[in-house]
Amino acid sequence: MARAAVSGRLAARLRWQAAALVERREESPTARTLVFDLPGWAGHLPGQHVDVRLTAEDGYSTQRSYSIASAPDADRVELTVQRVPDGEVSPYLADDLRVGDAVEIRGPVGGWFVWRPEQAEPVLLVAGGSGVVPLMSMIRVRDMIGSRVPFRLLYSVRDPADRLYGPELDRGAPGLDTTWVYTRGTPDGWTRPAGRLTPDDLVRWGWPADFEPTCYVCGPTGFVEAAAGMLVALGHHPDRIRTERFGPSGG
Amino acid sequence: MPIVSRGFHGRKPDPGRKLPPGQYETFDFPVLSAGPTPRVSRDDWTFTVTTESGTRHQWDWGRLMALPAEHPTVDLHCVTKWSKFDTHWEGVSLDVLLEDVETEAEFALVHSYGGYTTNLPLEDLLDGKAWIAYRYDGEELAAEHGGPARLLVPHLYLWKSAKWVSGIQLMLEDEPGFWESAGYHEYGDPWREQRYQGD
Amino acid sequence: MDPTGGTAADGVQDAYQDGNVLAGPLSEIFAVDLTAAMSRCAHCDSTGAVATLRVYGRPPALVARCPSCGEVVLRIVRSPTNTWLDLRGTVTLNIPMDTR
Repeated sequence: MARAAVSGRLAARLRWQAAALVERREESPTARTLVFDLPGWAGHLPGQHVDVRLTAEDGYSTQRSYSIASAPDADRVELTVQRVPDGEVSPYLADDLRVGDAVEIRGPVGGWFVWRPEQAEPVLLVAGGSGVVPLMSMIRVRDMIGSRVPFRLLYSVRDPADRLYGPELDRGAPGLDTTWVYTRGTPDGWTRPAGRLTPDDLVRWGWPADFEPTCYVCGPTGFVEAAAGMLVALGHHPDRIRTERFGPSGG
Repeated sequence: MPIVSRGFHGRKPDPGRKLPPGQYETFDFPVLSAGPTPRVSRDDWTFTVTTESGTRHQWDWGRLMALPAEHPTVDLHCVTKWSKFDTHWEGVSLDVLLEDVETEAEFALVHSYGGYTTNLPLEDLLDGKAWIAYRYDGEELAAEHGGPARLLVPHLYLWKSAKWVSGIQLMLEDEPGFWESAGYHEYGDPWREQRYQGD
Repeated sequence: MDPTGGTAADGVQDAYQDGNVLAGPLSEIFAVDLTAAMSRCAHCDSTGAVATLRVYGRPPALVARCPSCGEVVLRIVRSPTNTWLDLRGTVTLNIPMDTR
C-alpha cells in the first residue's frame, strides 16, 4: 500500500518537531502554501492536521492547527495559510516566515475527518472558502494511489480571485467532478448566478443519498452548519456526513 | 527548549512596565470563555449573596445602580499569558455589597449565568480589592467581556474575575470552582505565577 | 478546527472550534486517536464523535461541550509538567481500534 495509507504511528506519543520552511507558493492574493521539511515524517491520512507552535525570542509562545494540503511525501508537508487581517499567527506565516526559518510542528493528528483509501463508496466533498484545504489532500491522495473511487467536489468561494488550487482543479482528474459555486462574483459567462450554496446545487452536482456517499464538509461554522443541514434534509444519513469547522483561533 | 521562530514577535512588550513572571503585554482585549456567551438582560439580571446559614441578599439592576460607583483603573493578568495595563472600569465595590452581610465564612464560591464558578478566599473580595463591574472603558460592559456585570478581582489571574456574575456563595469550607477542579491553582496569584495546582 | 488560520476572534460571538482540535492535545496522552471515538454525554445521553463536540477556550485549557445540550463533556488542562483530563461529563468512549 502506498505511504498514504500509513497512519504515521501506532504507539508512539507525538512530540513537537522542528520544521524548516523550504518553499512558499502564492495560492490567492491572501493565501500561501508553505512547504516544510520534516525529517522522518511517517506519512499522514488525507484530512489530518498538524499543530504549529511559534515561539518568540522572549519566550512568548502560541499554537494553531492547520490542515495538511498535500499528499504524503517523504520529509515534506504542505500547509495552506489564509492571512487573517490583524491575526497573530497567519500574517507571520503567510508573509514573514522566510525560507530556512523554523517552526515547531506536532502531528499528524485527527482520525475522524479523514478519507481512507480503502473506503470504496463514492465521496462528496463540500468546501467553503479555505475549507478546501483538507479536501485537496484527499483529492491528491486519490490521484497519487490511482484510486477509482468517484469524487465530487462542490467548492464555494466569494469570487474567482478567492479560488485556491484553481489550475490544479481545472486540470481535474478522471472520476473527479468539480463544481464551483460563486457567492459574490462569477467569471464572465457563468450560468449559475452568484449566490450561496443551495440544496439544488447539492442535488445537481452532488450524489443522490441512495448512493450512500461519505460526505466531507469543511468551511466556516455557518457554511458547515448550512451545508450539513441540507445534506441531512436530502436524505443523507448523519453518520455519513463528516464536518470540520473553522474556529476562532485568533488567526 | 522550544525552537525560536526568527522574526516572530507575538505581542510586543512595553519595556517601561513591570509584568508578572511569564506574562506578555497585549493591547487588545482577548475574549476567552468556557462556553457560549449567556445573554442576560438588565431587566432579568440579579446578583445574590448567600451566606453559610442560607440567608440571601439580592440586588436587581436598579438597586445595583443606586449604590455608589467606583472607577478603578487596574492591570489584568490572564493565565493564557497576556497582561493588559491600565484598564478603566466602573462598578460597585464588594465592600459595599457585603457591608450588611452577617457571616463567619472564610471562603467564597462565585457563580455565573451559564454555570461557571470560581472560588477564592472571602478576604480577597474585601478591602477595596474587588468590584461588581458593569462599565468598561466608558461603555456598557459587552456580553463577550461579561456584561451585564462581571466580578473584577484584578490582583488574581483573570479566570477569578467571573464574567456574567450571578452571585456569591459564602462558605466555611473551600470548594473548587470550574477551572480549580481541573488543574488550575486554587488561589492564582500572578506575581507568584500560581497557574496550576502545585505551582 | 482551523484549516488555514481561521477567523479573528474579535467580534465573533459564541465562537467555538470543533472537536477535531482536540486531536493534538489528546495525542500527548493516548496512543489511539480519540477524536474518532464516540462519546456518550452524561447529561443528555446523546452520542457523537468527539470530533463533533464544541470546543471553547484555548491552550492551556479547553472545554468540550455536547452539541445537543451544551453541557461539558470533557475538559483538558495542560501545564508544563502535567495534563488534567476531566471526563466526568462522559459516560462512555467507544474507540475504533486500528486492526490492520
